[in-house]
Amino acid sequence: MSAPILEVRGLSRDFGGVRALDHVSLSLQPGESLGVIGPNGSGKTTLVNLVTGYVRPSEGEVLFKGRRITGAPPYRVARLGVGRTFQMARPFHHLPAFKNLVVPLTSPRVRGLRGGRFGDRDAAAIDLLEDVGFERDSAVPYRPASVLPHGYVKRLELAQCLALQPELLILDELFSGLSLAEVAGVVPIIEKLQAEGRAIVMVEHRLRELFRIVDRVVVLNFGQVIADGTPAQVMEKREVRSAYLGTEEDG
Amino acid sequence: MLQGVLVYGLVNSAVLVLLALGFGLTFGVAGISNFAHGSLYILAGYLAWACAHVLRLPSALGAAVAVAGSAAFGALLYRVALLRVRGQALSEVMVTFGVSLVILELFRFLGLVGFGYTLPAFVEGTVQIGETSLDVQRLLIVLLAAGLVGLLWLFTHHTRMGLAFRGIAQNEDTALSLGIDADRAATWSVAFGSGLAAVAALAVLPLGTIAPEGGYDVMLQALAVSIVGGLGSTVGIVLASVLIGFAQTLTATYLETHWMILVSLIAILVVLVVKPSGLLGRQKQLEERI
Amino acid sequence: MVASRRKERIDRGVKARSDDLYALASWREMLYVAGPRLAPAALALALPLVLPPYWQKVLLSVCAYGLLAMSWGFLQAAGLISLGQALFFGVGAYLAGAAAHFWKWGPALTIPLGALGGAAVCTLILLPVLRLRGHYFAMVTLVLPLMLVRLIEATRILGGTEGITGIPSLPSGLGEPYLAVVVTLAVLFALRRLLASDHGLVLQAMRDNDRAVMRAGHNLYALKAQALFLAGLAGCFSGAFMTHAYMFVGMPAFALDYSIMPIAAGVVGGPGTVAGPALGALILVPLSEALRALGSLRIVFYGLFLVVFAVALPEGIFPFLVRKYQQRERWIEVDR
Repeated sequence: MSAPILEVRGLSRDFGGVRALDHVSLSLQPGESLGVIGPNGSGKTTLVNLVTGYVRPSEGEVLFKGRRITGAPPYRVARLGVGRTFQMARPFHHLPAFKNLVVPLTSPRVRGLRGGRFGDRDAAAIDLLEDVGFERDSAVPYRPASVLPHGYVKRLELAQCLALQPELLILDELFSGLSLAEVAGVVPIIEKLQAEGRAIVMVEHRLRELFRIVDRVVVLNFGQVIADGTPAQVMEKREVRSAYLGTEEDG
Repeated sequence: MLQGVLVYGLVNSAVLVLLALGFGLTFGVAGISNFAHGSLYILAGYLAWACAHVLRLPSALGAAVAVAGSAAFGALLYRVALLRVRGQALSEVMVTFGVSLVILELFRFLGLVGFGYTLPAFVEGTVQIGETSLDVQRLLIVLLAAGLVGLLWLFTHHTRMGLAFRGIAQNEDTALSLGIDADRAATWSVAFGSGLAAVAALAVLPLGTIAPEGGYDVMLQALAVSIVGGLGSTVGIVLASVLIGFAQTLTATYLETHWMILVSLIAILVVLVVKPSGLLGRQKQLEERI
Repeated sequence: MVASRRKERIDRGVKARSDDLYALASWREMLYVAGPRLAPAALALALPLVLPPYWQKVLLSVCAYGLLAMSWGFLQAAGLISLGQALFFGVGAYLAGAAAHFWKWGPALTIPLGALGGAAVCTLILLPVLRLRGHYFAMVTLVLPLMLVRLIEATRILGGTEGITGIPSLPSGLGEPYLAVVVTLAVLFALRRLLASDHGLVLQAMRDNDRAVMRAGHNLYALKAQALFLAGLAGCFSGAFMTHAYMFVGMPAFALDYSIMPIAAGVVGGPGTVAGPALGALILVPLSEALRALGSLRIVFYGLFLVVFAVALPEGIFPFLVRKYQQRERWIEVDR
């Protein structure tokens, strides 16, 4: 087994006396896809925020490619190669859709990867938008981001993350609010990323779609890991079923 | 001397609490920084003055009119202007700042300044505390400030509306899903904040005369206290008021009255460097870094 | 074959090619693109030659307020709302004034010192506030100039209430107005160019969603400090310049006027742009001069402007004019 790309050890976080995350440990191999599921308020988004540096942990460690990134500011985590999407996708309203991608394309990380002078960022932005399913020859990529329909906003959010060429992608409820057809459009993009060997963490509520994509699932409840295994193994567990369906099955 | 510092330091702190309380309440609940706070203070002062000298109403009635008028103005300001621009940071700031300029500069233009423009003290007379003599008005200011802070605590912890206020202050999205009308609560919070500005005016203005310039001064003091104490925290306001209030009194006693303003300036700069969110700045649910 | 006519937008075809490359087909198209940029610049450069002495002074005011207003607009584009442009003006003015008075430096040294040193000082003072979101920046910028005035009054440093008089004037004749006009135009075009660049796009993105800018690996704190320094440069130059124009620096340098007028100009002209606030200053400052008799009633009107524009016309005049210009049409022959 190779060295894990992401390792989380005993990560905890309190918010004013409430423990949002309680000694969570998990690890991810390069190229692996991990689903993180759990009921509302179980600490999924807190976990994402802790790993990406938006919130400081109370306890515990985060290692990316063997390097400690605990408490590092978000921009530094991003420069190392961790890309994320936000649950509430808010584009840069004042800018046209394709210019939204110029922001990550101007990133020091991208400048470092491409080396030297960057060519035409606008053209690169349009290419990226095509990759996530914006119609290249239509007016959509040039529209202000404030008027895009929700499905496009979500894909724009994904494209902003992809523009960084991250080694690890953390997708926070990417599918929420998307129609079945739209999800079906996004899944191939993720499969392509998997084929390229990128590691992916997906926080999701839509289990059916998630289980088709990921290799492994971690279940959170009240800030703790209650199960870790393949989708089939995890759903066998009684704790998981009761966490999801309430306590009626306990009897 | 020491006793005098203690007594007047306390009075000074109480004045600061009164000036900042309304601003803090509005910010804490609605997230609106009401830059018109100082002008509402002056507006209430002139309202009370007009009630006494133009309409010749009894002073208690005049006080009620001033408080109600100021609160109504605040509510109107929210419903007519602020409601339309919620979430647009620039417009929110411009509306309250613009209203503040309109009120204060209009009074300046009308030239309502001079020794005639004063408000009567609640009760005339002085009391002797040890070797320090203190006029009753200043004593009442301390009691009023303490009373208001207590009432505010009871209100936010034990009444329906108060709990709604706290709910919205903590998490607006969740509060909305629980059926709390955020716009109504915000309207009330601006009205309450404006009313508190009027109460402060009625209590503090009798110590001097009413002048438009005072509005900028009040805004300055309220902002200084809020920034040092931490926005949205009532305990922070009290703590910062006591710190700044006593430091100012000490400065005035042992150095020079002119240097008092330095205290707030230094306090702001130190707090910004050491703990930018203020002494007791409310911890956000997500302390998203900037 | 019947020739008929239909209307066509002039910018059709021009726009696609001229976004950054001026690969234009004809003189007319060239004029269409360059006209709105060259005409105001030419006008501004001609003004010092034709204006009577009194209006020369007004022109200096327009430039001084214009610089403060552009600085305000630039900050606003980067998501920082300033209520205290007087901070920049005052710090620049006092630095230049003190250097001229105590060290006997000439304007050729004091003005760059005032601009650069002032911008550095203001950036340092405001640096901690940049870590906070929301209205904090507005609050602190409102408070600081008001307090610095009191500081000077109380400590009697830098001339105290009297101020510093006898500061050397700028070379008489056309040197003074041309320095003001040229710097104002340079700042206008430089800041516009910056905002239109990819880097400027990142600055503007901070206003919409700061978390997403961080997610892209940008150091938000450094970007904001940079925007603040550049805005400070324009604002402090304005103060340093006017110190020599007035041959005096005193407590009025921190007056609320220097905060209110730029904000009013910015809100009226078009917040978030650079040309908008400059246009606003060009309209409001002479107007204010003409209505001098009204005294503080003018500020009442500015206050009303702020409220009305914020609620009803948040876009401002300049973006409106730009749109109208781009929508202009011409008749073209169509063969049928």
